[in-house]
Amino acid sequence: MAVWQTATVLDVRRETPTAKTFRLKLPAESGHIAGQYYVVRLTAEDGYTAQRDYSVASVPGTDEIDLTVELLPGGEVSEFLHEVVEPGDRLEVRGPIGGWFAWPGDAPALGVAGGSGVVPLMAMLRSARIAGSELFRLIVSARTPAALYYGDELPGPETTIVYTREVPPGYARPPGRITAADLEPLLLPEQTVFVCGTPPFCDTATDLLTGLGVGTDRIRVERFGPSS
Amino acid sequence: MAITRGFTGRGRATRDPRLPPGQYDAKDDWPVLNAEATPRIGTDRWTFTIEGLVDRPRSWTWDEIHALPGSRYSGDIHCVTTWSKLGMTFDGVSVDTLLDAVGVQPEAKFVMATAHTGYTTNLPLEDVTGGKAWVVWQADGRPLTVEHGGPARLLVPHLYFWKSAKWASGLRVMAEDEQGFWERNGYHDRGDPWLEQRYQGD
Repeated sequence: MAVWQTATVLDVRRETPTAKTFRLKLPAESGHIAGQYYVVRLTAEDGYTAQRDYSVASVPGTDEIDLTVELLPGGEVSEFLHEVVEPGDRLEVRGPIGGWFAWPGDAPALGVAGGSGVVPLMAMLRSARIAGSELFRLIVSARTPAALYYGDELPGPETTIVYTREVPPGYARPPGRITAADLEPLLLPEQTVFVCGTPPFCDTATDLLTGLGVGTDRIRVERFGPSS
Repeated sequence: MAITRGFTGRGRATRDPRLPPGQYDAKDDWPVLNAEATPRIGTDRWTFTIEGLVDRPRSWTWDEIHALPGSRYSGDIHCVTTWSKLGMTFDGVSVDTLLDAVGVQPEAKFVMATAHTGYTTNLPLEDVTGGKAWVVWQADGRPLTVEHGGPARLLVPHLYFWKSAKWASGLRVMAEDEQGFWERNGYHDRGDPWLEQRYQGD
């Protein structure tokens, strides 16, 4: 299994008012599969450590990985990453981890993302686009246009964006939570469905999917953030 | 271990000694982690089955398992994703009670815990015997909710919480170790939080 390695921060980019992407240079090529994550460990001078898991948003095949981190109020690790870390810093990472919520790109798949849950699915979308593959579809739910991650890059024939509170000017779909009508046109037989978001989002999405006849054996779920 | 520039760690002076290394206190939150759709299993359909290397394999229905002598765990739980919850109580039945009823054969060394979702996780037999494991249906005095594995889950609180299979459906008693769902996906075969056995190779 993956050992700890020291990565160098190459770039820090703001995605939304509460999310930043950290581009890390690894000592060697990242062997990740789209959907997998890395663990980031922070160590204080006296040996105290804190570590969290962050999904990779970038594609495999290079020695650079993008981790997009949502700032969680009171979150010891996300606040440190957002407030202190800058290019040139070194971070200990370990990965890739997670063989289940991962898409090797060889079979039809649908991603269903809520908020920050788009991160691992973005790696899948980017992989599919680079490969020229039409096997991957993605639907993303965001609260507002400003809260949408990767807003410049996401739109395309294989993606659907729904806004729950506020839509861009002239957007055809009115604001509202994801519905069966949003999901139904995206479904294909034999498709694996990757659902990622908060626990309530995941439960809503999986209930809609099973209601549309998607077997639970075709649904893979990754729940982000604290539950209520 | 490399020191991270500028990191001091907050709230460490008040760090609770019950927290294993790398864990934080989730306090009033009880985060949810599972890899499958949340199943709705009615107590009328729920069963718990012990099979494999036992003298008298059997299943318990919801009413039958409730008729067994009850047992409580009071203490802490630790998730591999780094949250811990301190001072919880869980009520159910001790796995010892269930294993005594089926008669474990001498060559048995491991168990595979199974769930109604098809999820599996492997454990050494000695980690589920001797008052260390339960099948529970109440948490902090209330029925276990479906997102936390209700109607009933396995509870093995001295190991990382993925070993405490949600929506538990039974135990298969084995002579040789086999990897369960998370273990095949890179997680540690034993999962002792005090040794930080998070991933294969730890």
